[in-house]
Amino acid sequence: MSERRIGVYICHCGGNISDYVDVAKVRDAIKDEPGVVHAETTLFACSDGTQQDMIQRIRDEKLDGLVVASCSPKLHLFTFRGVSKRAGLNPFQYSQVNIREQDSWAHGDDHAGATEKAIGLVKAGIARTQWSVPLEPISVKTTPKTLVIGAGIAGLRAAIGLADIGLGVYLVEREKELGGWVARFGAMYPNRSSGRELIDRLVAEVKKRPEIVVLTNAELASKSGSFGNYVTEIRINNDIPDSLRLEVGSIVVATGFDTYRPEIGEYGYGIDGVLTLPEFKELVDHSTGSLTYHGKPVRTVAYIYCVGNRQPGGNEYCSRYCCAATVHASIEVDRIDQNVHQYHLYRDIRTYGKFELMYEESRKRGSVYMKFPDGTPPSVAKAPDGRTLLVTTRDTLTGGEELTIPADLVVLVTGMVPRDNEELTTILKLPVGSDGFYNEIHPKLRPVETVVDGVMIAGACQGPKNSTESVASGLTAVTQSGAMLMKGVAELDPLVATVDPERCTWCGACQEVCPYAAIDKITVDGREVATISAATCKGCGGCTSYCPDHAIDLLGSTTSQIESMIDSLAEDPLERVEEPVA
Amino acid sequence: MTNRAGTGGGSLPRILVFSTNNISDPGIDLAGSRHLHYPATVSTITVPCSSGIQPAWIVHAIESGFDGVFIATDGDECAYLPDCNERSARIAAEAQEQLRSLGYPAQRVRMAALCSVCAEPFVNHMREFSQMLAALAPTGTGEEAA
Repeated sequence: MSERRIGVYICHCGGNISDYVDVAKVRDAIKDEPGVVHAETTLFACSDGTQQDMIQRIRDEKLDGLVVASCSPKLHLFTFRGVSKRAGLNPFQYSQVNIREQDSWAHGDDHAGATEKAIGLVKAGIARTQWSVPLEPISVKTTPKTLVIGAGIAGLRAAIGLADIGLGVYLVEREKELGGWVARFGAMYPNRSSGRELIDRLVAEVKKRPEIVVLTNAELASKSGSFGNYVTEIRINNDIPDSLRLEVGSIVVATGFDTYRPEIGEYGYGIDGVLTLPEFKELVDHSTGSLTYHGKPVRTVAYIYCVGNRQPGGNEYCSRYCCAATVHASIEVDRIDQNVHQYHLYRDIRTYGKFELMYEESRKRGSVYMKFPDGTPPSVAKAPDGRTLLVTTRDTLTGGEELTIPADLVVLVTGMVPRDNEELTTILKLPVGSDGFYNEIHPKLRPVETVVDGVMIAGACQGPKNSTESVASGLTAVTQSGAMLMKGVAELDPLVATVDPERCTWCGACQEVCPYAAIDKITVDGREVATISAATCKGCGGCTSYCPDHAIDLLGSTTSQIESMIDSLAEDPLERVEEPVA
Repeated sequence: MTNRAGTGGGSLPRILVFSTNNISDPGIDLAGSRHLHYPATVSTITVPCSSGIQPAWIVHAIESGFDGVFIATDGDECAYLPDCNERSARIAAEAQEQLRSLGYPAQRVRMAALCSVCAEPFVNHMREFSQMLAALAPTGTGEEAA
């Protein structure tokens, strides 16, 4: 009979879990497991209210173990370790069981199977906690410096913020110049200050701060070490190539975006006068007095929205900045010349938040908006006279009649696409989403952290963002870097390998296979045995299978824990549920 | 008991997956996040690194009633050990050897590298492994060692 006092919470996650897994059945199946003194289902385990309830229960019922069956540990392992800590329970006696990503979401086609699987997984989590022991985190000194990769608006603003909170900064830019995309922009929303001016201001601020070392024509060539103490090599691509070795505590990736390049022939691209949004913006930004193209005045502009985005089988995502950018460009055109006719052919207009005011203004200034049907995009052709372009579309707002608009310029509203950064992605082992952009751990709760500890992402490398949003995420990365490095020490999981000196007969096999030199020979009671330095051990467990005496265990994944987890998973999940109630 | 009573798809082999915290487990998570389906008779135990798996655990799993064990390694991406693949392969081979001496065929243990975004590859591995295991004689029948 177990003497443990374990509390188990099974989360509905709204309906994300309970729509597929019968959570009440799971609770009933595990409530009489050895050591379990409390089991309940909860609508949202991560909600403040439930966390408070857990703390109260851990204290009242003197729980010495906690199991939460909810989402991936990547999301909430630290949340519930924190709950344990606040309640006075050792955080390493908490086990997270993933019944969402690895159960309900993966088995939506098999509700009964998902429920059975959940029972096994929760029992295995209870088994892991059964065999857990209280552990104290290991402290390591951290390097108070951050490497920022990419000196666009997000990277520049992050570098300044990092320097201002007292961290050293290496700002690495692949190009010769700082500033990225925004440096090429003219007047920007909302106060019409130019992108170039904004970047000049940021660069001036960077120059004022000796804590920031700027490296241009530079790229990350390698990374080793771990969170708090990374060693990076920077390749400098000058006439005489060079390389630098930099030690940093954290890394912020702000490598920005690329723009969609239409294929020749896609909406007439390749015909003179058919431009992408960036090409058109450049034309507008350099125009004064009148809008001209190849020396000829522009009288009519037709914009075709969603080119290259929201395309099944292509870039399926909405690039979200392009509607506002186009509406803004059309207002700038009107400021240059009020006599230009502007037709916006769109699928949906997504001018969220304050951009709605801009949309309103463009309509008041005379822009005409026409919604084309989803499956019937406009077509572009050269007019028989060879001078103008003909844009044929259907306007669903006026009965779907086919219209042909003669235009001097056709603007293909192209969105953001991920940059090709294969080398960087490989070196940093950054997770890439199905859209090709880098993935954060959680869009709301951990918006700039990645699964690689101490490596953060900011700006449009995460997905389409406007400059305001890019700066906001750059500053979020500053806060997160500060939270990681300002204490000077980081707490690492104490889940390292340990030797049972009673069993060890010192053969040296473990020492030979440890690449970190964490294993030494010591003498205990006149016997030579192995000892493992907790501060040096990285916790891979690579030594364990080489021990002929089975004397090494990895804390958190000990043989007792793993084998009892296997036993729990192998058990018939419904055996207990179907027992008649005595 | 070798085959759990399947629910949607009849009787399906039971597979134990060993995944790794930082690389292959996020890949398996992503399969779920994208709602890609694989048999619910696949369960995962996560460890820091596949080189820390012990052959005895694999043998224990098969003897306890799992039809197959799949080691989802970090491949070349392992943050701990540059030779993680070779080490994991040694562990898998040793487990296969021990299982063979107990009368189980080596195909019950499979290993493949799985990256942190390898959602489809994971699902494909599980479907193929499940089909292969279903074609084997059930464990414990004494027929399979032949």
